[in-house]
Amino acid sequence: MPTTAPALPLADVTATDAALRRFLHGLPGVDAVGLEARAAALGTRSIKTTAKAFALDLAISMIDLTTLEGADTPGKVRALCAKGVRPDPADRSAPSVAAICVYPDMAAVAVEALRGTGVSVASVATAFPAGRAARSVKLADTAEAVAAGAAEIDMVIDRGAFLAGRYMEVFEEILAVKEACGRAHLKVILENGELATYDAIRRASWLAMLAGADFVKTSTGKVAVNATPANTLLMLQAVRDFHAATGRRIGVKPAGGIRTAKDALKYLVLVNETAGEDWLSPRWFRFGASSLLNDLLMQRQKLSTGRYSGPDYVTVD
Amino acid sequence: MSETRLSVLKTYKLFIGGSFPRSESGRVYEVTDSRGQWLANAPRASRKDARDAVTAARAAFPRWSGTTAYLRGQVLYRVAEMLQGRGEQFRAEVAAAEGLSKSAARAAVDAAIDRWVWYAGWTDKVAQIAGAANPVAGPYLNLSTPAPTGVVAVLAPRDSSLLGLVSVLAPVVATGNTAVVVTAGTAPLPALTLGEVLATSDVPGGVVNLLSGRAAELAPTLAAHQDVNAIDLTGADEELAAELEGVAAENLKRVRRPRRSAEDWTADPGTGRLLAFLETKTVWPPMGV
Repeated sequence: MPTTAPALPLADVTATDAALRRFLHGLPGVDAVGLEARAAALGTRSIKTTAKAFALDLAISMIDLTTLEGADTPGKVRALCAKGVRPDPADRSAPSVAAICVYPDMAAVAVEALRGTGVSVASVATAFPAGRAARSVKLADTAEAVAAGAAEIDMVIDRGAFLAGRYMEVFEEILAVKEACGRAHLKVILENGELATYDAIRRASWLAMLAGADFVKTSTGKVAVNATPANTLLMLQAVRDFHAATGRRIGVKPAGGIRTAKDALKYLVLVNETAGEDWLSPRWFRFGASSLLNDLLMQRQKLSTGRYSGPDYVTVD
Repeated sequence: MSETRLSVLKTYKLFIGGSFPRSESGRVYEVTDSRGQWLANAPRASRKDARDAVTAARAAFPRWSGTTAYLRGQVLYRVAEMLQGRGEQFRAEVAAAEGLSKSAARAAVDAAIDRWVWYAGWTDKVAQIAGAANPVAGPYLNLSTPAPTGVVAVLAPRDSSLLGLVSVLAPVVATGNTAVVVTAGTAPLPALTLGEVLATSDVPGGVVNLLSGRAAELAPTLAAHQDVNAIDLTGADEELAAELEGVAAENLKRVRRPRRSAEDWTADPGTGRLLAFLETKTVWPPMGV
């Protein structure tokens, strides 16, 4: 397997702005055609019977069940939490989701609703989704979410600074947010749809990993292009190579646009074939999704009863 | 040497969600005329095709059931117009499928067109016979109106490839249901051509879905499907119908059993089929607040 890892000692590359730029631009270019072909080829695997049952349950346990709407209410968040804890009330063998993902002002509601359930609370922060705010505002946003009890923080990078080439600024911002997180896990949203090229996605992934991200996340779900198999595959290559170079394992979270069980299974194949079996765990791979859960549950019901299920048999949320 | 033109053979396809896919399974089966001569290959739909058809029918239901009864009638009338325009093709296909003479085939196709028009006329009248303003002893107005059941699976009759099909399909969609039809196994061609008519006559994609293949393979999937609200067993034999009725009980589907004796498709259909797949919605508006 060809590696995209750099030969440099990584401690030096973030020492100066020039060194960071040299390092990021020295990453090998992405073969876009090859990447898309590889992602498409891995999407053709057929997964049936017991393997499918395993994959459906794994996918459910990897979901960050998300509601990020202006119209979110405490009641809606509580309902979502109840669903996340027990996705299929008629079948207690269905696993809980990994986390409930909300806006910072709803984090306290979710924390209260999820106490003692093992489902964690993720909160977006840093002026999500645009990230267009002063750093002090972003840090305060993060600190509030952490204070409210969020165990995971999903931050957005400053795409404007990244695209303008001010890599050190982005790097330092991630460092600062990471510090504000304290013990909370930090997921760094690259917003692939706005980075325009695969090369930029690879650079942004490395930048985030160097700055101490615990997860790299594809997108906010608020722009036209969200997670695609190709850009997720690219990020999986980056975490694999980062792990090979440093021994530190980073998670990946595709988010936005993954709505069917079939799609989710394709992503799991990508994980297994790219990063490896070690990443096939909610600790290292997550789906940012809302409607995906219902489709996974319907597929699960089909497997257990032999009858096709329908939307009348899952909750509306 | 005279130039002979090779005829272009038609590829018959399924009709699902307004488009014409081949079977997901890639299978086809040979369709023969009444004397055993090969006519065409028809797609042999699989369980997954049936599932896709139900998904399409479910997606189409809110819009179709929400369409005003008047407009639904206009759309169905348009179907009859298109049927008429394709009359010659249908006459040939019906004659081949059922071994009818030219004049008998013409009569069958004409009757099918008339049947379609008849049901088109019922769309905005069915509320008059199935609804009511109920007398109640209180300061309320009490109204009952018919509402469509939802997604209806239809096993088309085996003995009448077009007239029979229209007679079971039109009443289902006229009242605002969406349909997944399993066509007559040995004579699916007129039904598949009807898909081409529906696709070009303002019927939204997914309102009618047509599957050709073996009823014994497709029907149990549809009968067990939790997102199908009703099933019309007209085309099932006695044994299959009994089995399907049991399976359909799981989610309390409405079931229309087949008649024991052969149905006369040319007879006055009455309103039985129109009313078979309706629910009654009753509201109590207070008077004079």
